[in-house]
Amino acid sequence: MKDPLLNRPCGGRFGDIVQSIGATPLVELKRLSPKPGVRIWAKLENRNPTGSIKDRVARALIEDGEEKGAIGPGMTILEPTSGNTGIALAMICQRKGYNLRVVMPESVTAERTQLLKMYGAEIIYSEGNKGSNGAVEMALDLAEKDPSIYMPYQYGNPANPLAHYNGTGPEILEELDEVSAFVAGLGTGGTLMGVGRRLKEEMPDCKIVAAEPMQGEPVQGLRSLEDGFIPPIIDISLLDRKIFVSNRDAVIWTRKLLDEEGLFAGVSSGAIARVAVRIADEMDEGNVVFIVCDDGWRYLSSGIYTRPVDEIESLESTLWW
Amino acid sequence: MASVRIPPVLRPSVGGEREVEAAGSNIGEVLQSLVTSYPATKDQIFGADGALNRYVNVYLNDEDVRVLDGLETSVGDGDHVVILPAMAGGS
Repeated sequence: MKDPLLNRPCGGRFGDIVQSIGATPLVELKRLSPKPGVRIWAKLENRNPTGSIKDRVARALIEDGEEKGAIGPGMTILEPTSGNTGIALAMICQRKGYNLRVVMPESVTAERTQLLKMYGAEIIYSEGNKGSNGAVEMALDLAEKDPSIYMPYQYGNPANPLAHYNGTGPEILEELDEVSAFVAGLGTGGTLMGVGRRLKEEMPDCKIVAAEPMQGEPVQGLRSLEDGFIPPIIDISLLDRKIFVSNRDAVIWTRKLLDEEGLFAGVSSGAIARVAVRIADEMDEGNVVFIVCDDGWRYLSSGIYTRPVDEIESLESTLWW
Repeated sequence: MASVRIPPVLRPSVGGEREVEAAGSNIGEVLQSLVTSYPATKDQIFGADGALNRYVNVYLNDEDVRVLDGLETSVGDGDHVVILPAMAGGS
């Protein structure tokens, strides 16, 4: 006799690919759990149409722009991105007939450039040694000079965290009665702010933990500290912990996800998993949920899955996440 | 004594060193000790009101002190303090 299905059968039926964004699975990673009673769950955002969590954000940014009347057919959209948001926006813009220009640091992996071109985006490169700060600075400057351009500005647009407050967060709540800790990457801050706010509303004791990239020195090309940048949507008081992860550790843990759990994920996911396991280690029992942001395909050319970490020449000069 | 990692943007102010030693029982004291040894860092690390410059992130080992006890965060012997500029994470 067949066992009854324990979760939703099939992935659902949708009118087009944009509508199929979200509703991603939550997968338990038993081998990474440091002790019985502490369960680690990966939310597989790589299962979105363009392969990253940014599909949610891109859809929300575009719909927000359309609702405001700022975006219409034939318009040009410009956005600073290290790749994933650009790729997600490119897919949606291609479907909707909008022109897209992305400003991206030249220090990203080759696959991101390929994907952007495949989806029809125009790329403007910012200086690699300034990381994402440089891309933001250049995009803000370009948008200011040309009023026909609309910049959704994921770093400051509330539609970004709202996508997670309304989507990612409720999906987690639907599957788990208890979440002791939620761990995500700190990029724009959207996931942490949106999911964090939603989880804390239902479970005030849930710890919201940020894993952040410790950018390699070659991409810290700031003239002064005043060149620093803090995304406007980040409210640090919502965070319970904020822990940086070196590129080396991120790569090691990305391999660990693959080798121990069969999960082929990107570098930020390895970093987040490392922090999730550390948090799990401090607990006696409960659920720890962490985000797998994207899949490993767009990092293949870097060699991180096949070569020892100490042989990765571009380890510190690449903008991994 | 704690060791303090200096980011590239601040190294000219500490004679080019990547890592320096500083004494103190909490982050505030460690940073003051740094400023005393290297006065050129003062206006970069602290604002006019004596609070941490908003574009400076300070980590005790690998945890941002702003999410711990701020400048009151205790520092023990052998702890590693890391100063990093505020950089937008990837997206």
